[in-house]
Amino acid sequence: MGDVRLMKGNEVIAEAAIRCGCDGYFGYPITPQSEIMETLMIRRPQEETGMVVLQAESEVAAINMVYGGASCGKKVMTSSSSPGISLKAEGITYLAGAELPALIVNIVRGGPGLGTIQPAQSDYFQAVKGGGHGDYKLIVLAPASVQEMNDFVDLSFKLAFKYLNPAMILSDGVIGQMMEKVELSDFKPRWTAEEIKKISGSWATIGKTADRERNISTSLDLDSAKQEIFNHKLQAKYRAMEENEVRFEKIACDDAEYLFVAYGSSARICQKAVEQAREKGIKVGLLRPITLFPYPTKAIQEMLKDVKGILSVEMSAGQMVEDVRLAVNGKVPVEHFGRYGGIIPTPEEVVEALEQKILGK
Amino acid sequence: MAKFKGAIVVDTEKCKGCGLCVVACPTKVIELARDVNGKGYHYAHMANADACIGCSSCGLVCPDTVITVYRVKAS
Amino acid sequence: MTATTEINKIISKENLVYGKTSVLLDNEMHYCPGCTHGVIHKVIAEVIDEMGIQDKTIGVSPVGCSVLAYNYIDIDWQQAAHGRAPALATATSRLMPGKYVFTYQGDGDLASIGCAEIIHACNRGENIVVFFVNNAIYGMTGGQMAPTTLEGQVTATTPYGRDCKVTGFPMKITEMIAMLPGTRFVTRQSAETPGAVRKLKKAAQKAFENTRENKGLSFIEIVGTCSSGWKLSPVKSNEWMKENMFAYYPLGTLKDE
Repeated sequence: MGDVRLMKGNEVIAEAAIRCGCDGYFGYPITPQSEIMETLMIRRPQEETGMVVLQAESEVAAINMVYGGASCGKKVMTSSSSPGISLKAEGITYLAGAELPALIVNIVRGGPGLGTIQPAQSDYFQAVKGGGHGDYKLIVLAPASVQEMNDFVDLSFKLAFKYLNPAMILSDGVIGQMMEKVELSDFKPRWTAEEIKKISGSWATIGKTADRERNISTSLDLDSAKQEIFNHKLQAKYRAMEENEVRFEKIACDDAEYLFVAYGSSARICQKAVEQAREKGIKVGLLRPITLFPYPTKAIQEMLKDVKGILSVEMSAGQMVEDVRLAVNGKVPVEHFGRYGGIIPTPEEVVEALEQKILGK
Repeated sequence: MAKFKGAIVVDTEKCKGCGLCVVACPTKVIELARDVNGKGYHYAHMANADACIGCSSCGLVCPDTVITVYRVKAS
Repeated sequence: MTATTEINKIISKENLVYGKTSVLLDNEMHYCPGCTHGVIHKVIAEVIDEMGIQDKTIGVSPVGCSVLAYNYIDIDWQQAAHGRAPALATATSRLMPGKYVFTYQGDGDLASIGCAEIIHACNRGENIVVFFVNNAIYGMTGGQMAPTTLEGQVTATTPYGRDCKVTGFPMKITEMIAMLPGTRFVTRQSAETPGAVRKLKKAAQKAFENTRENKGLSFIEIVGTCSSGWKLSPVKSNEWMKENMFAYYPLGTLKDE
């Protein structure tokens, strides 16, 4: 049994980073995720593991510090909330274009613009469809519990280094601010310079030695033919992620005639809604995408032989519902139910929406 | 009589004919050629070889590092 | 002895006094004829060679004409988004103590879009070297106004000359940076004469020595030319620079602590 504590989701992100051997965190304060950097500052990991923690002058600087650190083969991360992620979008596309591993945490708040500081899921498009310019994808993980906030930090770094691609934890103020029991991961030492040379020496900017060509961390190629070949390579990588890295959870799906699709905090609400609907005799299940990219398209398609209708539940005006519809391809009705602007739906509302929009009551 | 005797070698194919070495040379050794190189530039060359003292001024100001400088003590 | 045989006797390895350092790659530079970038690249490569720090130096290239600096100096490089080089260098230097990290930035990159990043990196006193190339114009995009463009100077976006009432004033960012307590060595150099190149090299050497001694941030502005942007020959550009740029951007060391 590991180290079990009662902690806030945001604090756990910080603790998990220290414990997984993260080398650097670069951030800028924004509600509702400031506890991540605050926790790191209190913990002083530089004295414990040597991890660098720096408050940058802006989100723009923070993500570019991540680019610099990632270029050195280090495990580096940043965190922010929606308006801050918009500022980081430039750096994120550069990371993807330079094929650099990094972790970006988005504790989403309602938008657009300055919006609200209350939780929302309205950055789905930004996270899974790009956000910045160019054809790129992030690996996007959506935790639905404080435990997953812990687990997904290490997992994100593993996937980021496996595919040399930035990964994002897409959460929101519900999970970030919530206190729950969590079993913290065991401490892993940071990689030594020798280990980094072994793992990432073929590309990391760690000092050019006589035995190799210089390493260059760049997303630039002025030769269109080469740029197209590079884009093919990126797309092949994304297809490999779709093949190997889809993660999801099914709840009460065995006999389900109807299906909720929901991620993160909405999935928690839907889990309660499943119970309430079943008390009313409606056989509904829940499919919870854990990876939002790659998306569990096949898992949804496999459900179609049994289910008669799907309700996509999000704290947005309807973003993920488009991916559900793409998976379903018109075979059964797919509707969206969402609250937004910082409002969290209740299980009762979700059941009512299922009855009205899918059961036609 | 100069204390040193020098000579330069210009990589004429890489030279862009900017002429900065011509100005930098204190003994007016270098001129731009009438001929052009493969890129169409009038490359620098040692037009007045006897005057070269191997001071490296041309090499120092050359943006394309195409000039190599040699020097011996004058006999 | 004929003149040719005499020259051929001089041109031999033991008489070599000036040649290309091996830290500078053989790739032909993409810069226009007479461009100051070439001289600065060479100086940096020579200093890296002479200090024996090729395997410990990481360069950060900007967006602008010198975006491809990584094709010319044989070290590991990071290519930054426009203006963000100091942020990359900050993390690189903090995560890999003992390395020599430098940024190479133009006037648009450093003094316009990257103003926040450079000011804060300087203010934090990051243990890095900054090479700031000021030629008072945007070269790569075709000769538009830079923050450092002189009053009255004609550019693609100030076709009737820079009107300071409309555009603000030529920015003396090096003077601003010298005021920040995080900086240790702040100097303004040029590279148009052999003497200037020698002085620039000394400054670059001092800057990298400061990194070695963990002294903090060294900032070297190089006032340079852009003959394509200025629409003058390389030789005339140097004359124009001496007459106009040096008056507003006087050469010399502003700070050496």
